[in-house]
Amino acid sequence: MNQKGWHKQVGWLYVLPALLLLLTFLIIPFCMSVNYSFTDYNMLTPGLKKFVGLQNYIQTLTDPVFIKSLRNILQFVVFIIPIQLGMALGLALIVNKKRPGNMFFKISFFAPNVVSLTVTAVLWMYIVNPDQGLLNNLLGLIHISPQPLLTSPKQAMFVIIGISAWQGAGYQMLIFLAGLQDIPHSLYEAAELDGANAWQRFRHITMPSLRPTTMMIMTTTLIAALNLMTQAMIMTQGGPDNATMTPIYYIYRTGFTDRQLGLASAMSVIYGIVIIFFTIIQRKVEGRAQKDD
Amino acid sequence: MVQIDLEHVYKKYEKAKDYSVTDFNLHINDEEFIVFVGPSGCGKSTTLRMIAGLEDISKGDLKIGGKRMNDLPAKDRDIAMVFQNYALYPHMSVYDNMAFGLKIRKTPKDVIDKKIKNAAKVLGLTEYLKRKPADLSGGQRQRVALGRAIVRDAPIFLMDEPLSNLDAKLRVSMRAEIAKIHHQLKTTTIYVTHDQVEAMTLADRIVIMKDGKIQQVGTPQEVYRHPVNVFVGSFIGSPAMNFCRVHLNGDHVVSDDGSMNFLLPEGRLKKLRQQGYQGKELVMGIRPEDIHAEQMFMETFPEDIATAEVTVSELLGAETQLYTNIGNNEVVCKVDSRDYVKPGVKVKLGFDMNKAHFFDPATEMTLD
Repeated sequence: MNQKGWHKQVGWLYVLPALLLLLTFLIIPFCMSVNYSFTDYNMLTPGLKKFVGLQNYIQTLTDPVFIKSLRNILQFVVFIIPIQLGMALGLALIVNKKRPGNMFFKISFFAPNVVSLTVTAVLWMYIVNPDQGLLNNLLGLIHISPQPLLTSPKQAMFVIIGISAWQGAGYQMLIFLAGLQDIPHSLYEAAELDGANAWQRFRHITMPSLRPTTMMIMTTTLIAALNLMTQAMIMTQGGPDNATMTPIYYIYRTGFTDRQLGLASAMSVIYGIVIIFFTIIQRKVEGRAQKDD
Repeated sequence: MVQIDLEHVYKKYEKAKDYSVTDFNLHINDEEFIVFVGPSGCGKSTTLRMIAGLEDISKGDLKIGGKRMNDLPAKDRDIAMVFQNYALYPHMSVYDNMAFGLKIRKTPKDVIDKKIKNAAKVLGLTEYLKRKPADLSGGQRQRVALGRAIVRDAPIFLMDEPLSNLDAKLRVSMRAEIAKIHHQLKTTTIYVTHDQVEAMTLADRIVIMKDGKIQQVGTPQEVYRHPVNVFVGSFIGSPAMNFCRVHLNGDHVVSDDGSMNFLLPEGRLKKLRQQGYQGKELVMGIRPEDIHAEQMFMETFPEDIATAEVTVSELLGAETQLYTNIGNNEVVCKVDSRDYVKPGVKVKLGFDMNKAHFFDPATEMTLD
């Protein structure tokens, strides 16, 4: 074998473990899902499954709950990305200044991230409980009447957005912090001597320097946001009136609670296409931003 | 008219035991080109940064145009600075890098454009205005950094080792460029370097620093010809001044091992005797160029000759540097290239005692 051919073989060998994992946990299950989505596969009667054509797809696309879940997730994405990124950047700016007790802040801001989603969701249920919750008590102190919060179809999603942002911001703060610390100090000094005040330095030095970091965080936030399930499952079970129903939770419920795996598979395929669509949009936005650079 | 006054300026960093800058006093005239020079850690950059407003002044006063500036933030001091690593804004084009300070000061667009095009012409950057700093060579980046300072029309330029990231050849040409720009703009400039050649070639006056203290302030000629102490003597000049311990015996200075025994000129002898150094130890300093190998010199000063063994000889073209041993002393001399000899050969060298320097061995201060 000539050397070039040998190099090629070694290259394949290096990617083999990753390929095997991808094949086992992504490609094969995906193909199975596509296959199931054309059947009436029910977990209780796997032996009786038969081909039903596009019936599952038609049912999904005419299911008002599924449509609503798509709308919900869109609302979630639109709000959580700016809120969580803003929070993360704000926290990073706070801990980036050298001041005593900085470690305490870093740990406090990061702590929500190491606690399991389930635990924080339960804790927050106490805080946002409409009757005896801490939040309504605090609002009472500033003479705001008690809010229904998770029991209101209008407010429930916003409560979940707030909690999710609080939980996720700590991790992203660390990434922003790394980005901030990568900016050479001399740039700030040069800008200061150029007459820039603190805001102008932030606007013209910090923001553009953080652009690659921001793009990366936006991508990961988007992916995490589209997978939203735990908070909704534990705190509201998708309610009230499906106001916090998310596609993943709905797929999970259809497949594993109602045991209609065929239908759930069709939902998965459709949601997969929606995610691809989101990704394409984001790529376009990112590409344009890089061109501007 | 911009005069800068530093009055009893001290700098101590938080948690540091000692002062980084101690009792710094200097008056800088309008249009003057001042160079702070000294080894790393001597406090030269710290002093510059205090003038810029990037470091707090621990004690003492900084006055610009007679006004106390200690508490004025850097952004309001109207000073332009060139950094060692250029500190160009990486996400902005060359044009925007230069325009930034003007935009912040709300200069009209057409004025900005004119200024940048002028500066770009002077610095040879016209064709690079649209490029990002990452697409430029080191020398071009340095020029952009200079351009950014020039377009501001600031009354004071500060330059912090601006050439030290460039290769030797580029450094020489940029040095000339900086000299030319100062000649044209006549902006009061403070330039920090550890390279004594840059200091000698650029400065109106040199400030030599060591351990946070000013050692000597003077024109390049003054500090070269009349160093106030051993440190200045050794720091200014290349190759460095030769030093050896001698005793003043009668009208001769004699090295400890007797290998050098030179007659002192009358005037110098008188001065040393008046200061009570007869029979005492001295540090003698002599520059490599004040040691001669020509027959003429030896005939004129027959009592100022020593025999040296050459260990290394470097032919530099017009001249030759000889590294020699005279007794226990290592002596470097710069002689005419015709006097080149091979290593291992013994040669006679004549010492120009009129140009020798004498220092007190304890204080290391000059006795001239």
